[in-house]
Order: sequence, then structure tokens, then C-alpha cells
Amino acid sequence: MSKPVDARKREMHHPQVQAWWREMDCGFTQVADVFEECLYEALTAFSKREMDDYVAAAKTLSRLGRGPEPVLAFLEAWPSVAGAVGTAALEDVMATARALQASPNGHAIAPFLQTLAPVARRLASREQLAFYLDIARELMARTTGSIHGRHATIASPGLPAFFRQAPQLVETLPMAGLQNWVDYGIRHYGDHPQQQEDYFKLALADSRAVLQRERHGTLFADAERRLDLYLRALWRDPQPLIPYSNAYHELRQIVPYYDSLGMRLPDVYDARNGISGLDRYRATLAHMAGHRRWSSPQIADNWSPFQRLAVEFLEDARIDRLLMREYPGLAPVLLALHPKPGEDACDPETTSCLRHRLAMLSRACLDANHGYADPVLNETVAAFHAALADGPSGTAQMAGLALAYVARTRRPSDQLPRIHFDDTVVDYRDDNRQLWAFIEEGDEEEAFDTRKEAREAEEPQGLPPRHYPEWDQASESYRPDWVSLYEALHPAGEAAMIDRLLEKHAALARRLMRLLDLIKPQNKQRIRYQEDGSELDLDVAIRSLIDFRSGVTPDPRINMSHRTSGRSIAVLLLLDLSESLNQKVAGGEQTVLELSQEAVSLLGMAIERLNDPFAIAGFHSNTRHEVRYLHIKGFSERWDDTVKGRLAAAGAGWSTRMGAALRHAGAALAQRQADKRLLLLLTDGEPADIDVRDPGHLHADAKKAVGELAAQGVDTFCLSLDPKADDYVQGIFGRRHLVLDRVEQLPEKLPLLYMALTK
Amino acid sequence: MSQDVEQYRIGKEPFYQPQGDEVTLYEAAYAARLPVMLKGPTGCGKSRFVEYMAWKLDRPLITVACNEDMTASDLVGRYLLDREGTRWLDGPLTTAARIGAICYLDEIVEARQDTTVVIHPLTDHRRVLPLDKKGEVVAAHPDFQLVISYNPGYQSLMKDLKQSTKQRFAAFDFDYPEPGLEAQIVARETGIDFDTAGRLVKLAGTARNLKGHGLAEGVSTRLVVYAAQLIRRGVAPRAACRTAMARPITDDADIRATLDHAVDAIFA
Repeated sequence: MSKPVDARKREMHHPQVQAWWREMDCGFTQVADVFEECLYEALTAFSKREMDDYVAAAKTLSRLGRGPEPVLAFLEAWPSVAGAVGTAALEDVMATARALQASPNGHAIAPFLQTLAPVARRLASREQLAFYLDIARELMARTTGSIHGRHATIASPGLPAFFRQAPQLVETLPMAGLQNWVDYGIRHYGDHPQQQEDYFKLALADSRAVLQRERHGTLFADAERRLDLYLRALWRDPQPLIPYSNAYHELRQIVPYYDSLGMRLPDVYDARNGISGLDRYRATLAHMAGHRRWSSPQIADNWSPFQRLAVEFLEDARIDRLLMREYPGLAPVLLALHPKPGEDACDPETTSCLRHRLAMLSRACLDANHGYADPVLNETVAAFHAALADGPSGTAQMAGLALAYVARTRRPSDQLPRIHFDDTVVDYRDDNRQLWAFIEEGDEEEAFDTRKEAREAEEPQGLPPRHYPEWDQASESYRPDWVSLYEALHPAGEAAMIDRLLEKHAALARRLMRLLDLIKPQNKQRIRYQEDGSELDLDVAIRSLIDFRSGVTPDPRINMSHRTSGRSIAVLLLLDLSESLNQKVAGGEQTVLELSQEAVSLLGMAIERLNDPFAIAGFHSNTRHEVRYLHIKGFSERWDDTVKGRLAAAGAGWSTRMGAALRHAGAALAQRQADKRLLLLLTDGEPADIDVRDPGHLHADAKKAVGELAAQGVDTFCLSLDPKADDYVQGIFGRRHLVLDRVEQLPEKLPLLYMALTK
Repeated sequence: MSQDVEQYRIGKEPFYQPQGDEVTLYEAAYAARLPVMLKGPTGCGKSRFVEYMAWKLDRPLITVACNEDMTASDLVGRYLLDREGTRWLDGPLTTAARIGAICYLDEIVEARQDTTVVIHPLTDHRRVLPLDKKGEVVAAHPDFQLVISYNPGYQSLMKDLKQSTKQRFAAFDFDYPEPGLEAQIVARETGIDFDTAGRLVKLAGTARNLKGHGLAEGVSTRLVVYAAQLIRRGVAPRAACRTAMARPITDDADIRATLDHAVDAIFA
């Protein structure tokens, strides 16, 4: 058939299609090429009126001025979309397309329609699809920029990327999770076009972390301890468990496996066939533990890939059978997870049915009610059961059975390139890499020379960063691993400087010492057998009376008294070392930093005298990627020249990201064995950092951190030098704060505050 | 002072399934009147063994469950006040030494170390018990024997015996029996069928594998017997195992979930 240059004049075979094509009035050659085929497919499912709507919608899309892609995508996708969610959804889809067209986001229509079919198939109801469309439209509305504030003029950078990722997203996330994920992206990357696009492309670590948090199913991280206990308790085979992620490999899914380093499991399992994710994990582990217990590697050099496949299937079936014998309760789980291929599901004329036959064989070995009629299969199953009748049999015997079965059922079509995969994958089974041993190396196609690259490991600079979450008050959720905190020892300086400061405050120091002597330790201890005491010790008194009556010299030490001893308290003083410390105190020559050093010196000296476990650390931050936490004094260090040197060298700079520093200090403090753990924060300003525009955010995070610490049994107290602190400090620390209006009083107040707090 | 010796006799043969040659060994130790120490985890049959040996040797058995508040006079005896003045009352250890019974101090490490020192004169060649308050020295009856038991699994530095106490005893190590044997014991003790008993023992084995990984002690034979008794009373096996074997030993949610799963896997 000759093709006229004008696509509008294209001849269609079917007169009705021809009428619709005329109705379409479309000039795109590409559309003309596929139009008839698409309509034939639609005709099998749609009524006349639905066909008219379909063509009308296609016509609308072809008139958008967006080229042929939207209409092509729609023509191909719609029959399948309608099959999944019903034709009524057309209205919603077209409304979304119109909304996109009316905004600067017209170029997103094509990706929207291109991925609509897989999305709709997964969502499977009109309501769910409407939810998805709402999310997309909200994303559009909130990320479409404008220059002068009145008209939206800049296209949303993330929207096309979102549509392209949509099939994968709806696959892994429930709708509410998808909404959270999108919302997170908008709020955090709303005004950074490049990063926004990367977020919705799943190219940012952040977006993957949030995706992981929102996804459905049982996460490995949540189940790890149970799985470890499971291996120990039921299989006596504790192995390191290592998760891998399948989320980013659509084409090649990794199968569980084990090697000398441990057992590898997917990072998430959804419930399937009524079996919970946790039980699927357990089934996978049980299968691997079974291999470790009962399988022996076979020399595979002389076997073809088909033969090895057959041996694997039968050996797996043997392992499963033995698992069921060991723990009968596993049987329903394994049978629910094992596919049950229909006997006639595969056509041996056109397709390679080897996998199908083997899957049936495997099913029949496990399931007495398999109902398969094939005589060879039933014979093999009988031989399988006979082999396992007395004892666990062995891999070699299974290999013999499997090879015989393959030889008897071989068909020429097994070599066909089209392989029947449906219902043949048993996903709790591992990849059997431990089952094979090769005498000759390198006769596998995928084996290539292993080049050992001796890469020089880079010497790490300092400790690796610790990651802490940050509370996001807008979404009331944590931003996972948001802040990187680097800890280090504070560089040392001249210790004599601290001594000079102390000399300057000699009078104050003497007064402090007198006060310190008054602080009495807390714990009451009973001292028994006292002649003079505060109370009568009844036990001893009765004993003495009995002795007296029976004529023995009674013990006169019948009183007891109390003594208080031991202060069980651990204190960590956290210093805010941000830039503002360099400011001079109003009406004085000293900077706030110098005053702080004086105060901390006095406090350090005082606490040394009390012998309380006491640590000092400072922090400052330079965006969330670099919060520095500097150790000045450790709990076990004495108040000596090393510590004084570090304190003397303390410098101020950068910003105050309080939450992460509080969390880190609290974690250190929570490990101390003490009745009371006190985190004393000395700061001169509110939490702030240059990468945060909303000051309320870091306030909320600091407040959350204080709450977390309280839950761990760490009391936080804030001494603020900011005269304006009243506005926020109560919000963060509650009543546990003190605002010092006259900063020059700090050296005096800090030790007194400490004593008051710990008395 | 007359004592009712008969009340301390074991009337009926207790069921005890020997795991090795412990019965002969004990008989030899008794013949030599050596003090005996039984070590082993809780609920593995230590007390039952002593009962059985007392029955076999036809000796009265006086059992004292030790605790932290126990003083030396709780063992030896004390003066009591009454209308006429004071009256001496023998403690269980003194009674046993007078009547020639086997005195069994259960979980001896629970008592304070200075308390346990009072047994020293009874456990060496002297075989006497000085009652210093009363001014009497009780020479032990020729048939008297001292048996102590403790569970070394506590792993507490505070709860150990002094070397000077330890080195006065012949020691027997006890552990949970082999699975087959344990199943026999459970079946014999409770009358459930051997297959169910085997499953219960297997379940106990899974819990014992977790010892040191969240569990301080595995499921004891005693708990297995409890579960079997519940099953005998018509309780469904899964519920019986949860009640008698999983719930008592842990409050840890993860371990409980694992044990519950093991129950489901074993009692399908």
C-alpha cells in the first residue's frame, strides 16, 4: 500500500476505522502508522460510545501542539489502562492532561501518558488512580515556579522525572507513602531545580532513603534480630545476614544467596499469598540453612546448563522436603510460596518448556495433592520419595534422578529462545551458587579473568562521620541520616593561660571551694551495730534480749545510724563554639569566649574537687554536612594540663546546629553508669545554620533532641547567654534553662549553677 | 528431744531416669559419707536425683531452699522466747545431723557466703556441728550426709561459692538429657505419647540454642514437663507450649516471636 505524504489521507483497511481516522483529522505520520492496530485492540474491549470517547480524547491530545508523542502514548496505553481501572477514568486522565497543558508543564504530558499503563495496572482501581493523579497535580502546583509571583511561568523540574519513575514508585510504595515521598521532595528541594529533578529521578541518596522508609512490606532492618534468633534457635547455624537492595535493578533481580561472608537477603519482602514478609524471610533462611546442612557441591564441568538447572530444581525440592520433615509447620508456608504451574500452561510447540516441567516436578515433590497426570513426572516423584524414605538422601542421588528426568522428557523445543517463565520462579530459594564446583576454571560464559585490583585504601582522616536524623516539624517525621557529625579531639594550646585565668579569679575560686565542701553526697547507707545511733535496730535488739535472758552477755551495739555517701552523677558540659562567641561583651574588653573559658575553668576545677565524672565538649556546624564535635575533656581524664591546653585553644566559628550535637553528647552520656546524667549546654544564641532558612525548624529539632535524651534518662539543662533567649529557650528546654542577662557574671554563675543542679 | 524421723522419709519411688553412672557414683560417695555437690542448670533434675537417692538408700531427706536472708541460725537453730524464758530449737541442719538424714541445701549460692561457712565442720573429717550459742557440740550421726546444689549458669560474680566451701565436696555435673532420653523422661513423667514428647523436647532445644543470645537459661526439662501436663489436660499443644515454655522464660518481644514461630513450625 502506498503511503500518501499527507497522513490525513491515509487509507485504513476497516471502513469504521477510516471514519474515526477522518474524525481524528491528524497529520502525524507516526500516529497514522499505528492508529489502525491500536483501534483494533480497543475494539475488542470497548463499546461504540467508549470508542468515540477514546478517539475524541486522542484527537484532543493531537491538537495540543506537543508533537506526536502524547497521542501515540495515549493510543497505546488507554486500552490497557481502561482494562485495569475502567473507562470512566478517562475523564480524570484528560483533566490532568488539560491541567498540565494549561501550566508551563506541557512537556510532561508525554511521560505522564507513557507510564500511565503500568501505573494503572498496579493501582487497579479508579479511586487509587485518582489519588495518584492528585499527587501528581499537587506536585505540579507546588513546584511550578513564577518570576513575578502572578503567573506560573517556570516549568516544574521534577514533574517529568516523577512521571518517568512512577511505575517503580507505585510498585514499591503505598499511596500514602508516595504522597509523603513527594511531599518530602517538594519541601526540601522545592527551590533547587537540579536537585529537585535528581530527587524525583531517585538519583539522590536522600530520596532513596525516604523511599526506603515509606515502602510497604517487612524491612530487613526491622526483622534482623528476629531472623538472627531464628537461625540460631531453629537451625543452630548463626550466619551474618547481609541485605541487598533490588529496588534499583529492574532488569536483573538478585536472588538470595550465601557464601563464606554470610547470607544475603533482599532488604524488603512484601507479604505474598497470605505469607507475611517475616515468614518469607524465615523460609528463605530455612532453605539456605537446609543447603548448608544437607547439600554437597557437585562437579559440574560435564553438565549442560539445562542439566544443572534440573539438578538444582530437584535438589531444592529435596531440601524443602527435608525442611518440612524437620519442621512440619514450614510446609504450609513453603507450599503457599511455591508456584503451582498449570499442567497445560506452556505450549511445547512454540516455547521452551523446560523450566515449566521442572517447576511442576518440584511442586509435585512437595505437594502430595499436585494433581499432575504426566506419567514420567509421577514416576520421578515416586523415585524421589523412595530416595528420601529412609534418610536425607544426598545431592548426588538427586542429580542422578534429575539427569534421568531431563533425558526422558527432552524435547527439541527446549532450545527455543522463547522460554516459559511464568510460575517457575521459586523466590525463597537461593541461587545455588554453592552447589557447583568446577574442575576447570573459566568455562562459564560469564566468567572472565578475575583481575585483582589492589586499590590503595585511602587513609581515613579522623573518624568516619556519624549520621544523625533531624526532626522535621512540618511532616512530623525524622529526616533519615540528615546530619553528618565529625568528632575529634580539640587541638591543644597553652595550659598556662587557663592557670592565669584561675589566678585572676582566685577570690572567687576560694569561695567556691568553701561551697564545695558543703555539698554533701546523697546516697543513704545504713550502718548497723552501733552503740550510739539514730535508730534502734530491731533485729539486733531482739537477739541481744534473747542473749540476755539466756544468760549470755548481750551485744550492746543495738542501734544503727545512716550515712550518706557517693554521688552517682555524670555530667557533660557542651559548649557552643559558634562565631557569635567572638563578640565583645557589652561594656567590656573580654569576648564571650574568654568569659566562657574562665567559667569552664572554674567549673572544671570545682568538679575535679568533687570527683564527679565530668566531660567537656564543644561543637559548631557548617551546614548539615559538617557538624564538628570537639572533645575537650573525657570522663576518665583528670583536670590536668592536657585538658587545660585544649580548653585554652578553644576557638569560635561557624554556626549552631544544636540537635545533632545534643544527640551525640547524649549518646555518650547515656553510656555512663550513673543514677543521674546531666547534659549542661552553654550557649550564647539560638540554634541556627546557614543552610536552614526557617529558624523554627532547628528549634523544633533541638526540642525533639532534648525529648529523646530525656527518654534515655539524660537530663538537659541550658545556660543561655543570649538576653533575647526567653523567646525560644523555654520552648526548647522547658523549665530546665537559665538565661544570664549579665554575661560578665558567667564565671561566678556557672559553678554555682552546677552545684545547685547536682545538690 | 524426739524428732519425727518418718516425716522426712521418701515413701514412694520417685521417677528418675539415670543419664549415666551417677547413681553408682553417688552410692559410692554415700558409702564413704562424702559430701556431694550437684551442679547444673535449673530444672534439669538435681532435686529429683537427691530424692531418688534418698529413697534408694532409705535415708530421711531434709531439704532447705536457701535464700539471701538466711542466716546461720536458720540452719543451725536458735533460742526462742516463751513464757518460761528461752527454749532452744534445732535448725534443719542440726536435725539432720542428729537423726542421720541426708541434708540437701538447694541453691546454696543464694545464701550469703558467711552463712555457708557453718557447714564446714560437718563436711570434713570432724563431722561435728558446734552450737556456740547453746554450748553444745553435735557429733553427726554415722548416716548423716550433706548435699548441696547450685546453678553455675548465673554468671554472677557475687553468686559463687568460696573455694574453701567448694573443696569439701564431690561434685556431680548435671545437664539437660539427650533429646531422645529427655523425650522418654517427659513421656514417662506425664504419660503423653512419645511423639508429642519428642516435639516438646525439640522445641526446648530451639530455646536452649538461644542461651547467651538474649536468654540467660534455656527451657528446662521441668518446663517441658509442665507443657506436657497441660497437653494431658486437653490444652491444645501450641497454646500449652506458649504458656508453659515460651512465655515463662522471656519478656523480649523478638525472642518471643522466634519461639512462637518455632512452636508453629514444630506443631504444624
